[in-house]
Parts: sequence; structure tokens; C-alpha cells
Amino acid sequence: MGIEIEKPCVVELSNIAVSNTHGEDSPYFAGWKAYDDNPYDELTNPSGVIQMGLAENQVSFDLLEKYLEEHSEATTWGKGVRNSSFRDNALFQDYHGLHSFRAAMASFMEQIRGERAKFEPDRLVITAGATAANELLTFILANPGDALLVPTPYYPGFDRDLRWRTGVKIVPIHCDSSNNFQITPEALEGAYKEAESMNTKVRGVLITNPSNPLGATIERSVLEQILEFVTRKNIHLVSDEIYSGSVFSPSEFVSVAEILEARNYKDAERVHIVYSLSKDLGLPGFRVGTIYSYNDKVVTTARRMSSFTLISSQTQHLLASMLSDKDFTELYIRTNRERLRKRYEMIIEGLRSNGIECLKGNGGLFCWMNMSPLLEKATKEGELKLWNAIIHQVKLNISPGSSCHCSEPGWFRVCFANMSENTLQVALERIRNFVDKIRTHTLTAGSN
Amino acid sequence: MGHQRLLSKIATNDKHGENSPYFDGWKAYDRNPFHPTKNPQGVIQMGLAENQLCFDLIEEWIRNNSKASICTPEGVHLFRDIANFQDYHGLPQFRKGVANFMSKARGGRVKYDPERILMSGGATGANELIMFCLADPADAFMVPTPYYPAFVRDLGWRTGVQLIPVHCDSSNNFKITREALEEAYREAKQNNINVKGLIITNPSNPLGTTLDKETLKSLVRFINEKNIHLVCDEIYAATAFTTPRFVSISEVMLEMECKKELIHIIYSLSKDMGLPGFRVGIVYSYNDDVVSCGRKMSSFGLVSSQTQHFLASLLSDEDFIDRYLEISKRRLAKRHSFFTKGLETVNIACLPSNSGLFCWMNLRRLLKEKTFEGEMKLWRVIINEVKLNVSPGSSFNCSEPGWFRVCFANMDDETVEVALKRIRAFVGRETNNGKRVELKRWKSINTNKLRLSFNSRRFDENVMSPHSPMPHSPLVRAT
Repeated sequence: MGIEIEKPCVVELSNIAVSNTHGEDSPYFAGWKAYDDNPYDELTNPSGVIQMGLAENQVSFDLLEKYLEEHSEATTWGKGVRNSSFRDNALFQDYHGLHSFRAAMASFMEQIRGERAKFEPDRLVITAGATAANELLTFILANPGDALLVPTPYYPGFDRDLRWRTGVKIVPIHCDSSNNFQITPEALEGAYKEAESMNTKVRGVLITNPSNPLGATIERSVLEQILEFVTRKNIHLVSDEIYSGSVFSPSEFVSVAEILEARNYKDAERVHIVYSLSKDLGLPGFRVGTIYSYNDKVVTTARRMSSFTLISSQTQHLLASMLSDKDFTELYIRTNRERLRKRYEMIIEGLRSNGIECLKGNGGLFCWMNMSPLLEKATKEGELKLWNAIIHQVKLNISPGSSCHCSEPGWFRVCFANMSENTLQVALERIRNFVDKIRTHTLTAGSN
Repeated sequence: MGHQRLLSKIATNDKHGENSPYFDGWKAYDRNPFHPTKNPQGVIQMGLAENQLCFDLIEEWIRNNSKASICTPEGVHLFRDIANFQDYHGLPQFRKGVANFMSKARGGRVKYDPERILMSGGATGANELIMFCLADPADAFMVPTPYYPAFVRDLGWRTGVQLIPVHCDSSNNFKITREALEEAYREAKQNNINVKGLIITNPSNPLGTTLDKETLKSLVRFINEKNIHLVCDEIYAATAFTTPRFVSISEVMLEMECKKELIHIIYSLSKDMGLPGFRVGIVYSYNDDVVSCGRKMSSFGLVSSQTQHFLASLLSDEDFIDRYLEISKRRLAKRHSFFTKGLETVNIACLPSNSGLFCWMNLRRLLKEKTFEGEMKLWRVIINEVKLNVSPGSSFNCSEPGWFRVCFANMDDETVEVALKRIRAFVGRETNNGKRVELKRWKSINTNKLRLSFNSRRFDENVMSPHSPMPHSPLVRAT
């Protein structure tokens, strides 16, 4: 097109731009690549790779579709297209967010917690997804070079979301299978000391509850210990409760919000909750994230920062309508939980019948599978070798524990809510064949 | 509990820009907003660069295209695929639609590659994103004055990038000269500041003028020589309503030697289509590495797939877009002409302009003192007595006092009339009254609101006029 100057110029981009903290150069993308190159389809490609690495919730779309069909006027601009409601909506860029939307989100979050905690709409800050919410909170709570403590195993995306543009570090809180990967006071102290030994200032603890990738809720007593720890160290607590609506049995989820309310919000100013509709409602495309903070200054600052990442007013309008319909949300929450539980039981049973155990889970869109007995060597390399076999021979894309910074090799996260039941059966069948082959091979090898 | 020190430096500094005294204008509006029937004496909002002239066209399109929405019976069959789509590449049809629209806004003289289109959270997010890609903390970008006040926040708050003003003034209608560029660059170098690039807004906010081809070429030569980046915020591209026609940097690149990988465009649908609520920010880079890195960063501010889907449909309707661009241009021209002629009847001149949603109004002869303090005083009178929220030039870091940006596309014809009436009455008073009366009026101002004990230059660093995308005072609760 243009006439280009021949000498190549090397004008540097920023350090952030050339770093690989975005995490995408990791070998784990081999799994994704295998899927992209050869995606499973029930009819057209039944021997393709089945995607089990994607924590999406596709089990309850029909409920949303039905709602939209019955409430088309309210969710679009409806008649309002004539009466300036489109105009008002299209112009609305106030970083407070639509009040009706915030009120609906607050009410939805309360329903998920069985009304055991109250959420004030004015403390809700909107962001384009939990990805943005977690980054934004990190910008507010920590300076470049500071650290957040995060229990392992954790969502791989945190490496990018918490660290990339913020310059903040993650120091792991080591958890292992000896106690079902629960966070212990010793592990918290250990992480804090590790940061200190690196001359790094710890600014907070970030937990995901229910946990990704464990698929299990954090017990009340553990939450209380964490709260005690952060209070004693005078640091923040971020509780990412993105899977809160996906706990199979409502009574088993305790939100940090409930504990704070029960103690009259003592020391609550250090606590901040992240939520999103990407998992519970299966709407990752809509980019709906929120930050709920008990700290006025954090709310004000987060709101200002949300200018960089607001939710489309069109989407706020749709969700305000949908989520303020309490009959609908109650039906949705109940039905979604039930369907996820069924899926979970199906996969657990299917795996168990092949001698594969999973961590006892009670929420989320995945299970935490223990394949360590199948490892040739109980090392990270052994895990990656097994993983490669699973991708290329079994043709399943699942996530190896090392990608989640798990300290014990052999664990894998397997998603079950992003496919039909038929596909899940196919996946289980393939696993059965694979496990049989390994066992037979081992027996044969052993008999020499 | 000492929470202040528990937050980061970014969280506790002022670079969000909201602590500026200019929010008094917004407060005055929020407390007493004009309404033609319910509150005809209220403050008219002329500080908001919104385009409200063509909603009827879009509304009609929506009524005739119910499948563009995933909430209608005609469109709901696509609901689950769209709701599930979070790929940071963006919907292909959306990118294609945006590329097409950008091309049409430039008369088809340039074509844009949909693969180079990145999304971000409005132009606010896009401007921040490109800075994260191009510059490190403490690096600097040069920016011609007067400039959009929120650049301080957008370009520098979380990125740590600093702004180096390139001074322009009315002696040549605020054109950017090579001398001004060289001087700013030299001074930065002397202070050991690492200049990474130059950012321009074309058409200009607040001037409402487009850069001519010669100036654009000289900018490209400058950045080529210095080996720095050029970011062109072309957010007002389709608001160019009269000659000289808008020339995009993309056109200039076709006609001269340049290092393509240094050039990046920022775009949005917030002004040209009047859809600020939809948060459609676009980064278009000719640099492959920036596209790759920027795309990953866009995870922090993707456009809602519901909105992408709707716009993909709207923007692919070629007939509609052609019609829209033509009618929008016509209406903006009409509004601009009506407003500027109205000002001329009381000898108020605006910088001759051909684009944007505002005029750059020259009130220098009304200043009691030709200083920024004088400008502030005049401004408070305009807010409190004339009851118009306009934006003083100092909030745009203008080097000369007495200029005000006045928005004209965010109201109906009747309101424009009311605003003009008030201005005419005010100017009449100002020029006809003797000194004694002027003193009386000055005393009647609530002096608590005047903050005279400041050095206006110092304020300019942290100033931000409540310009879009912050239409409401942050101190007011949203309703």
C-alpha cells in the first residue's frame, strides 16, 4: 500500500507488550490447538477432540431462551424504541451503571446466598467481566512489585489478570491432597513468610469460592481463619465468588458476605467480592462482572476505574429486566443447580467405574480428577506425558494440574457442563478404553 | 483504621482527574437541570459532547430489523451462541462491519482490514490499551494543546505515562507546527524524559477542526525521523460536516514514505453514531506485534457479544449506513450553522470549524483580566448567571485564556434557541453595562465558590473537565 522505508526500524513496544505474562505462550495451549485443529462434532466429526478444558455452563440456556421469548418487549427496547428508551439507553455511559441493573444483580446475589447476606446496589461496581474486575482490584489494592497470596491450585488466568499489566506478583499458598486441598493457617503463614523472604510486600489474599479448579466450596471455619489472618496482617481479602450460583446444594456454600454480616461488618473494609454472570448464567459473551466492596474508598476508586471497562448499557438493560424477575431467578437458580449436580454425579460415577477418583466436589462446572496412579513418574514431566497421551490418543482436552500451579502431579480439571449428555458419555467411554489399555499394558509389561 | 495507606499509589493519587474545581459546572447542572417545560430556568448542559441528532434513524432501523436483537422472537434462536461467544478476536461480522463503517466515513478512500480491529471498553479503554502496548511507566507521549481533558486519566492514570504538551495557539488557528513539535521534543529530551510517541485527535476535540494533509504529512515525517509512535484518535471522523473534508492518517499513509508499524488509530461509535452506552472502543494498528499484544489485552474490555451482534447487523446494512452518514452530516452542518450564526449576532466568534459536536468559542474580549483567573471568573458567571454549563479552555490545557468549548449536538432545536437567547442577553449586558454595574454583579456571585488562591498552571496538570465519558458529577449518586 504505502511506500515503505527499507531499513527495518526497531521501535520498542512497552515492557508489558513484550513480556509473556499474558500466559499464552505456555505449552498448555497445545491442548487448545489440538481441539481447534480437530473439534469433536456428534455427527460430522465423532472422532474429533472433545473440549473439556472450557469451564462454560451450557446446561441451562433453554431457561433463558424461554424467558426471552416470553418477555421480548421488556428485554429489548420494545415499545420504548418509540418513546426514547432506546435513546436513553444508548446514551447511558454513567460509570455508576444503571441502578435497575445494580439492584437486580444485588438481589440475584442475595438469592444465591439464600438471603443470608444483604448486598447494597450502591456498593456494586460494574466491569466488563470478572477478568477486568480482578485486574482492577489488583490495581487498587497493590503497587507494582507487591504480592497477592493465592491458594494453589488456582485458575490459570490469574497469572495474566492479576500480574500482567499491574506488575503485581502472585505468591502461592500451598495446598495439597492430604487434607483435600483446604487452606490451612500454616500454609497462609508460610506464603506470607515466603513473600517476606523475597522482600515483597503482601497486600492481600485472593480466594476463589467455590474453588476453580477444585470444584469445592471453602468451609466456614476456613473462611473464618482466613479472615482472622488478613485482619492480623492488616491486608485485604478478595473473594472471587463467580461460581457461587453453581453449588449443587445451596446450604453448602458459605459466602464471606454472610460471615461479615453475622459479625456486624466488623473489619469488613478489607473485604471485596468479585462476581460475574459468565458461569452461573452461562453468559461469558456479555462481559458482566461486578465488584462488591465494603470499603467506601475502594468503591469510589473502582467506580472511576471502571470507566475503562463498563458493561454495555444494552446488556445492562436486558439483565436488569431478567434478573429483577424474582420468580424467574428462583426457578433458574434451582434448576441450574439440579442439572449441574446431575452432570457431576454422572461424570463422577463414570470415572469411578473406571477406577478413577475425583476430589469430593460440590459446585462449579468441573471436577478435579486424580490420575496420579496412572503416572509413569510422579513428576510434572510425568503429568505432562500423560496429558499429551490424553490429548492425542484419547482426544480429550482437559487441563493438567500443573497449569493450575498444583504442587502435586497427576491431578486434572475436567469440565462437564459445556457439552450434551451424549458427548459426555462418549468422553467417558474413551476414558474407559484408555484406562483399560494402560492397565492391560502394565499387566503385560509386569508379567515379563 | 488507616485505610489510606492500604490502597495502592494509583488508587490514592489524583490522576483520575475528578478533584478539579471544574466539577462545579456539573454540580450546577445536576442540581438544576434545564427542562423546556418543567424547568425552563435551569442550567443547560453544553459541556457534553454527545451526538443526539440521529437517533430517529437508528430507532426506525431497529423496528424494521427485529432479528438484530437476540431478545426478539426473530432473533432469539441465536441467543445461546452469541451469549457464549467470548473470543477476544470478536465476532467476524462485527469486525467486518466496523471496518466497513470506518471506510465509508472516509468516503471509501481507504480500506480497513477486519483482522487488525481490536475491541476495548470504549475509546477510554482503547486509549489506555494502546499506551500499555507502546509505553512504559514514566515514558511520555506528546499531545497538542488544547486537548481532551480526560487524556490525563485515559493515557496516564494506570499506565504511568506522562503527557508532554505541544503548544498551539490562535495565531494560526491552533495548527500544529513543526516548531512546536521540535520544541516540545527538545525540552523533554533535556529533562531526560523518554518520548515514545505523539497522540493527536483528528478531527480535534475541542477545536472542531480537521488536520489538513500537509500538517498530517509533517507529523508523519516527524515521527519517522524521531522513530516514535503516532496515535491518531479519529473518534469524530464521521462528524465532519463540511469542507475541508476529513483526511484520515490512513489516506496520508498511502501517499508518502512512512514506517507503518509506528501508526495506530483509535476509534469508537460513541460520537459518530451516538452510542456511548454501548462501549464500543476500537484500536486499529498497522503494527502486527501491537495487534497481537493488544488483542490479548482486549480481554480486559471486550464489547458485549450482544452489542457486537446487534452492530454487526446494523453496520452491514450498506444502504442504511450510507443514508445515516449523509443525513447525520447534514443535520450537524445545520445545527453548527444555526448556532454559530446565532453567536455572530452578538459578535461572538468561534474558531472556524468543519467537524465535531461543539464549537470553540472566543470570549476573550469578555475577560476582565486576560488571565486564566479571569477565564475562571467569567466561567463561573456563565454557569451561575447565564446558566449554561460550558467548558473553559484551561480545562483543555489551552495556552491562551478566554476560549470555551460549547457543545451543540446534545439537545433539540428549541433548547439551542434558549441557549442562544441567554448568551445574547448576557453579552448584551456585558458590553453595554458600565463598570459600576459589573462590580455589582460580581459581588452578587456566591464568593464561597470562587477559588482564587491557586496557580492556574498548577491546576492544569490535574485538571479534567467533566467531559464525556463522565457526563455526571461523580459526587452525585446515580439515580
